[in-house]
Amino acid sequence: MSTGYHIVVCGSVVPDPLQTLEPIASPAGPALKNELMLPAILDPWASHSLYEAAHLAKQNPGSKVWLVSLGPKAKLQQMMMNIAQKVPFELVALDGLAGGFTEAFEVAFALSDAIQAIPGLDRSRLLVFGGWESASRGAGATLQIIGERLGISDQFQGVDQLTLNPDGTLQVLERIEGGKHQVSTCAGLPILIGWATGNLREPPNNPQIGMANMRTVMPALQRAKPVKIGAEGVTYASVTLPKQRRETKVVKSMSPDDIAKEIATWINQ
Amino acid sequence: METVLFLTSVEPDGTLAKPALETLNAALSLAAGLDNAPLIVGLVGDAAQSAANTIATCGAATFLAVTGGDFTSSRYATDAAAAEALAKAAHATVIIAPATSRWSRVMAGVACRLGGRIDTHATAITVTSGVPLITRWYYRQRMVATQHRAQRPWVITLDPGCAEPWNGSAGIAQLESVTVNLPATAKRTTVVGLQSPAADAQTIRPDAKLLFVAGAGWTKKQADGQIHAEEAPKLILDFLKSSQASLGGTKSVVDLSGEGEAVLPFMTHLNQVGQTGATPRHAKGLATCCHGEEPHVVGWRFVNERRVINTDPNCSWTRGKADVVYVADAFAVMRKLNERVAKK
Repeated sequence: MSTGYHIVVCGSVVPDPLQTLEPIASPAGPALKNELMLPAILDPWASHSLYEAAHLAKQNPGSKVWLVSLGPKAKLQQMMMNIAQKVPFELVALDGLAGGFTEAFEVAFALSDAIQAIPGLDRSRLLVFGGWESASRGAGATLQIIGERLGISDQFQGVDQLTLNPDGTLQVLERIEGGKHQVSTCAGLPILIGWATGNLREPPNNPQIGMANMRTVMPALQRAKPVKIGAEGVTYASVTLPKQRRETKVVKSMSPDDIAKEIATWINQ
Repeated sequence: METVLFLTSVEPDGTLAKPALETLNAALSLAAGLDNAPLIVGLVGDAAQSAANTIATCGAATFLAVTGGDFTSSRYATDAAAAEALAKAAHATVIIAPATSRWSRVMAGVACRLGGRIDTHATAITVTSGVPLITRWYYRQRMVATQHRAQRPWVITLDPGCAEPWNGSAGIAQLESVTVNLPATAKRTTVVGLQSPAADAQTIRPDAKLLFVAGAGWTKKQADGQIHAEEAPKLILDFLKSSQASLGGTKSVVDLSGEGEAVLPFMTHLNQVGQTGATPRHAKGLATCCHGEEPHVVGWRFVNERRVINTDPNCSWTRGKADVVYVADAFAVMRKLNERVAKK
């Protein structure tokens, strides 16, 4: 009898958050200036979901983690140099545009097709993970559409904690307004989870994991299926940087009491 | 001719929450701008009649509702089924819902079921030359776009705080019930309840006028070479208590708390503001012991007035990101500030 879970993590590349981003117009629509030159990382919330997936797989022998990722091959390879040293997974790569100005539906259709093509994937053991929003489009739409396409009607977003009980039921904590969590239980798998931050630290780099992952990562990159991703039907009237730049007043020689007085007055205005 | 559906859930007491009323106002403006397109109200949850009555005079052409105990809880399967049924009953071409956690969880899935498309986190909805346009941010509030789309139905979720709430008189609304036949699989999930910190430990206050951000500097050695592990949390909590500000944190400080180095034990990932945290809406923000690096400051996009206390005169805040930067020891200033705020 098969044991363990089949965990599919969806996550893609985004520019390193420390980079300065500037929009430009391209023939295909808005894009980022020097986009191909920007260092890429795995989307932060998707990273958390990957760490949670690996943690869950480690605790449940027989489990397997797939990372399904769409992006330009070169960017995916760059991202793998970092993430592949963190946790064990099998990469399913799709070669196509990844960025904020692409359409969530087009991305979701490509990813759900790729998930359905994973050999031996068992729905009765399936957990689909991903970040609840990306650091690029930030729409929180892709995972829901993937869930719909896969026929998963137990979906949770902004999740910080998932507990799998011995009886097969699950408990999920989802972020809601006002710093609270909604607590839900689910009767069983399959399930889709859009992770927020979770509770796990970023795993340290482990060269042995990196070596093991790379045996499958490079072939996966080589056979990455090209997919056409755009934003059909969307017209961008404008994409601009926020214009507001403040004239910052730097106050250097004021006593703590005077500063407190000024701030108190400002708060009460 | 467009048909606009305003979709929202009903509060347990039969009212509509503020984000719903804001979205209603935006939907009304949109419908008016589209040659007075019909606006249909779609409500989900018990006590829908009471909620419909509170907005009976808004000018909606029709009031539809999905009611019943199965639709009270915020659950994907039942909310998606209800929204799908309401959209189909309304023959809606544009569907507008508030971007609350409940509707953000479900509306993309609903768009998929309807064969439409979705744009989430809109911050404005306008009409130009008869074309509906939305404004939304990309790359975590780093750039802003104005856009429209050809596909219908077009689902739009509007972020809270982006429109004035509808304010009109109540009346008696003619509510039409929409029936949803739920499959058994739609009830596999059960909402057990809410989990929140104790009332006196709740530091996240979305409606607060002031955002108070604590950076990792609070947990570092101070001028006397010591970590002030007892004073730092007391200063912050005293200030939050007396000012009723909402607490935010940088990624580094919430990560420290998560790693057990809890100088600020009340700081959790829910407090995190920035690239991988929240983008709260407060009129004013006060940052302390925080350098103002870009991944954090993008979370301040909708904080209008910004002041900072930092010992570094060259911190990133000074580069056009704050209105005033006080180069000072935050511990010393907060001691004095607490005295003043407590007196009020």
